[in-house]
Amino acid sequence: MTAATTSVTTASLADRVQQWWRNSNIPPVYGFVVIIFLLSIVLDLLFGVDDQLFITNPVILTNILVRSVALGIVAIGQTFVIIGASIDLSVAFMISVTAVGGSYLMAGDPSRVWWTVLVLLGLGVLVGLINGLLITRLKINPLIATLGIGLILKGLLNAAFDNFAGAVPRSFQSFAYDNIGPLPISVLVLFAVVVAGWFILRRTKYGAHLYSVGGSQEVARLSGIRTGRVLTIAHIICSLTAVLTGLFVVSRLRSGAPWVGTDGLYDLESIAAVVVGGTALSGGKGGVLGTLGGVLIFSLLDTMFNQIGIDAYLKQILRGAIIILAVGFYTFRSVEEPS
Amino acid sequence: MSQITVPVESESFFSKLWNWLRSVNPIYFVVIVLLLGVAYLNPVFFEPNNFLTFLERSAPLMIMTAGQVYVLVSGGFDLSVGSIATYSVIAAAILANNDPGSTWWVLLFILGSGIFFGLISGSIVTYLKVPSLITTLGMLLIVRGIGLYWSGGAPRGYLPDNLRALGRGGLEDIFGLREFPYAVIILVVMGFIYWLVMHRLNYGKQLFSIGDNPRAARLSGVGVESVRITAFIICGASAALAGILIGGRGGVSILAGTGLEMQTIAAAVLGGTILLGGRGNIPAAMAGALALELLFTLLNLMGLPKPLRDAVQGLIIIGAAAYMAYSSRRTQ
Repeated sequence: MTAATTSVTTASLADRVQQWWRNSNIPPVYGFVVIIFLLSIVLDLLFGVDDQLFITNPVILTNILVRSVALGIVAIGQTFVIIGASIDLSVAFMISVTAVGGSYLMAGDPSRVWWTVLVLLGLGVLVGLINGLLITRLKINPLIATLGIGLILKGLLNAAFDNFAGAVPRSFQSFAYDNIGPLPISVLVLFAVVVAGWFILRRTKYGAHLYSVGGSQEVARLSGIRTGRVLTIAHIICSLTAVLTGLFVVSRLRSGAPWVGTDGLYDLESIAAVVVGGTALSGGKGGVLGTLGGVLIFSLLDTMFNQIGIDAYLKQILRGAIIILAVGFYTFRSVEEPS
Repeated sequence: MSQITVPVESESFFSKLWNWLRSVNPIYFVVIVLLLGVAYLNPVFFEPNNFLTFLERSAPLMIMTAGQVYVLVSGGFDLSVGSIATYSVIAAAILANNDPGSTWWVLLFILGSGIFFGLISGSIVTYLKVPSLITTLGMLLIVRGIGLYWSGGAPRGYLPDNLRALGRGGLEDIFGLREFPYAVIILVVMGFIYWLVMHRLNYGKQLFSIGDNPRAARLSGVGVESVRITAFIICGASAALAGILIGGRGGVSILAGTGLEMQTIAAAVLGGTILLGGRGNIPAAMAGALALELLFTLLNLMGLPKPLRDAVQGLIIIGAAAYMAYSSRRTQ
């Protein structure tokens, strides 16, 4: 009797937890985040290279967040285009352009910061607009269009600069290094971008339109949505986040070089973070909170690998395997044909 | 009353010629124009020895592109081909370690690795249903990681001369030529096989049908799983073969295959391959790869700095894709 009652209560507790999880609308990727967090504590205990546990070290914990900033901001923009069933491969080159352009134009002079930032944001709007128009007006496959634009940016940048150029003033470096209260400014900026992204997607008419364009462009068009405009705006948002990431990167490095964006693999990693976060490449599903989870997984893994002193190349192998497995976790039950 | 008069098409010689010209894939005209441009700037380009050297240099990209077309036609992408080429160069150098006697088993091992990587990618896409873009992105990291982990991040070992000969040697004193490159022989033989398998064998028909409409293909009895996995295997093996040629020509480098994944996709698109499946043509795609190499040569002859070549390549890719999107809308 008593045993039976206990088992009933535990079952209902499990049910209740499950119920709460379903109702909470937390993207499933946070399950992975928790698992990897726990796993890294265990691995740290077993194989850690130093005595201190990383969760007791606020510096490392903050570092996990700071690591997430560069990839996180651009991945939020990538989420927008992928929800619209498009993709942007030009972001890595855009980040390089911003980083080099930023340090070159600022030239260490604090009074030049504001107009430099404005010029770069304007450039972001322009590149996003071109991407969007190539895709929506000329009907070029987004992969090819943004790859082409990326190559053009890369070519022009490499023709003009072949090394670190200029420097940002000390005041601008506070973006990457200073705190407001306990939190770094950069982390606050990341959270602001996430909240803004969440608000646009979930609480505005534009967001609803973007989901429907991604779900089915034809249906969206027939229900009176200007699909081309909606998708073009998504591309502009994506390029703007790339500019923001570029500004963060250059404020951290102090000076930009033409390879900082491509070496960071921001194009492919931002796509991977979005998809690991539960946004489907086929469009119409997902959101920025999931993407933030995907980005956190990457930076948690990075931190864990550093803690247990894993070889840099082995790290790459594990990273690749984890991307595939995490996405496979969503897709393996799918009845749709793979693409 | 107001009748619509249809002008009677006179079947003159010129209209027939015009219709025939319009049915030819435009990439061939692009290749001809580029060939003329290169020959104009460098009159000795068409001398057999020089031209064969150019073909030898283009062979790896053309072979990789043909492999990529198999995956593209099936409706996927393979981003791991550049990494597989890099891996092949690194692994061959370590395994052979300048021992000419090891060449044959090293060759088999490298081709086997390419097949293995293709099998893994294809199986993940087919059974775990992970989108091929993500799968092969993961494989890009994994395969490059394996190569670099194995070698410790710096080129190690040597390629024996008889292995390198595949990429830079040739049959000497034949047809009155200085030498006839092995790479060109491999290119011709492989090109024929790629064409045969895709455009003449049943497998090719099945491949087109799964790229066009996988459900319809499945319902009509096509083994969608095995056809798709085979496409990835062909692509992986081609990348490994190209890696051997690249290593032979350029020697051991850990950057040997960098960026080739996008070049093969761009070349295939130039050759009229439609992304997301169902349409593609091996000779045209290989001509697309040749056009890219000709373009690099031309820009080089024009004295453009290397970086600007990227920009021009980007413009050309966008232009070609826009033209094809335009012409396919016009015919609909």
